[in-house]
Amino acid sequence: MIQVESLTKQYGATAVVDRVSFDIERNSIAVIVGTSGSGKSTLLRMINRLVEPTDGRVLLDGADTRSEPAHLLRRRIGYAIQGHGLFPHRTVAENVATVPRLLGWPEARIRSRVCELLEIFQLDPGLYAHAFPHQLSGGQQQRVGVARALAAEPAVLLMDEPFGALDPIIRAKAQEDLLGIQRRFGTTIVLVTHDMDEAFRLGHRVAVMSQGRLLQYDRPAVLLTHPTDPFVARMTGLSDRAMKLLALTTAGEAALPGSSDGPRVASSASLREVLSELVWSRAASAVVLGEDGAPRGQLTVAAILARGHP
Amino acid sequence: MVFKANRILPGEPRELQQVLPAWAALGFQAVLLLTAAVAIGVADAKRRLIAALGAVSVLVLTVAAAANALTPAGNKVVRVAPGTAFWVLLICLGLLATDAITRMRPGALARVLLLALAIAIAVAALAQGTFDNLSVMREYAVNAGRFPPELWRHIWLAGGSLIAAVIVGLPLGILCHRAPRLQPPVLGTLNIIQTIPAIALFGILMAPLGALAARVPAAAALGIRGIGAAPAVVALFLYSLLPIVANTVVGLRRVSHAAVDAALGVGMTPRQVLSGIELPLALPVIITGIRVVLVQNIGMVTIAALIGGGGLGTFVFQGIGQTAVDLVLLGAIPIVVLAFSASVMLDALVEMLDRTPSASPEPAP
Repeated sequence: MIQVESLTKQYGATAVVDRVSFDIERNSIAVIVGTSGSGKSTLLRMINRLVEPTDGRVLLDGADTRSEPAHLLRRRIGYAIQGHGLFPHRTVAENVATVPRLLGWPEARIRSRVCELLEIFQLDPGLYAHAFPHQLSGGQQQRVGVARALAAEPAVLLMDEPFGALDPIIRAKAQEDLLGIQRRFGTTIVLVTHDMDEAFRLGHRVAVMSQGRLLQYDRPAVLLTHPTDPFVARMTGLSDRAMKLLALTTAGEAALPGSSDGPRVASSASLREVLSELVWSRAASAVVLGEDGAPRGQLTVAAILARGHP
Repeated sequence: MVFKANRILPGEPRELQQVLPAWAALGFQAVLLLTAAVAIGVADAKRRLIAALGAVSVLVLTVAAAANALTPAGNKVVRVAPGTAFWVLLICLGLLATDAITRMRPGALARVLLLALAIAIAVAALAQGTFDNLSVMREYAVNAGRFPPELWRHIWLAGGSLIAAVIVGLPLGILCHRAPRLQPPVLGTLNIIQTIPAIALFGILMAPLGALAARVPAAAALGIRGIGAAPAVVALFLYSLLPIVANTVVGLRRVSHAAVDAALGVGMTPRQVLSGIELPLALPVIITGIRVVLVQNIGMVTIAALIGGGGLGTFVFQGIGQTAVDLVLLGAIPIVVLAFSASVMLDALVEMLDRTPSASPEPAP
């Protein structure tokens, strides 16, 4: 879907992004993670050419992104940023309608799309369509920002620290919503964050960057079990890596045949949560329930612990 | 009241009781005392405003009545002007009214309507001839033919130089915002121009404009000369540039960086970002600059009369030359009214445009 080939950005003599190459699969979420100044935002902004690369190229569906004018390219790619970047003098509906208007959609189609999006993002169109951004809460503003990015049904969505300004509880909800949106529309998402937990929670693949270089790009579990660089190991955290690994697998994936008289857990719960539940209730095993609520299998403490190391 | 046998003789004071019937003079004093009581004892802004406006009307009408009583029928030489007490009272009542209006916090539209109403009442009273026996109106009667053209010329000089300054200053401000390196030299130069006294600037401009007119017949045909309207407009234009350029730069800088980034990121062209996001968000600050310029220009056009630029300043300087205070007032009062009206209207415009309260541009998440 997106191929980044030897992408480089130099300001003067320093390379902010240094020969970075990686591929992003269709319908997946790729998270770029790094400390501030690692070049992660610059890398993201080179994908929609808000920053023009010094060298290298980006292929979108096999076509070089430089083969069309930058503003036309950007209208096909969703873009959401930290602090939402809403236009303060335009209503929520006008903000969401920005890209469809630029693309010249008929007015009726714009209206129905805006209504549809506001409903998806749990904002009652009757209450919020004509409100101004400053009248909304931070979480609502952030949702409008994502709704605007998705308005023209882009195949790709770029997000630069989209949840950075939210408090932890609203952030967890926003992350959950984003996963739901991604499943619903099948959008390919590239997201930048400095928060490793967020990266592990959202990313199918995670790119770890430091000082302009891409250190490792892989599935979260592989980053934990086989870090190729000491910096990656430090970023992922050494002290609780076993728990992080358990958090990446769901009970449904790990369930073994059989039954148990222990506590009942949902198949969507992570192994970390199941282990915590077992410790709390002093049980040796738990029943894993399927989506329909019927028992699907069981999990023992030993089986869980066996998954907590490489 | 001040009574003069003719316009240049020194005036002699007359007291109200000597001029008006006893009931009128006493009634007038009662109204003043009542208003003073309201000003001290009543907190409600609406009542204070009504009291102040009522007292102003009574004051003005009393002065008009006194002037009528003092003027012998058919005498056109006698000059009757309100004395110092009138001006002091007018200032006090004006303060009372302004204070009351401020406390009531009327909306932008309401303030403009209030202004329009006040002007309409004043114009109606003038047209009725209510004040015809006051000295200022006597001067008006003498200069009736010259007053309207000079008034329009005044507005044209102030407005024309403003429009020229906006046409040049707005793009210059945008350029300064886009290329920050240009800012210090451009703003520095405009700052220096701003410090040149008006008369000096007129003088400086006389030589080049005179030379231009002498060398280029087309320029002379356009009315460009060393003296007259041309140097006045050029000088006002130069003075106007600094507030407009500076406010454009500040206004654009105030626009949230995230909004501009997002606008570019979703595929607006730089021109669309400027016209759709940056300028609308900077507009309140830019209009504030225009307000400063317009009020400043309306005042400064007065001086243009010194170099033959015309405008209401003509009356002011003629009056000074003839030691005829009434003629000075004939020029000065409309200038004050013009400047005040321009200020109120543009302030209201700024408020209507500023849909985002600047106090909370980024509410806490």
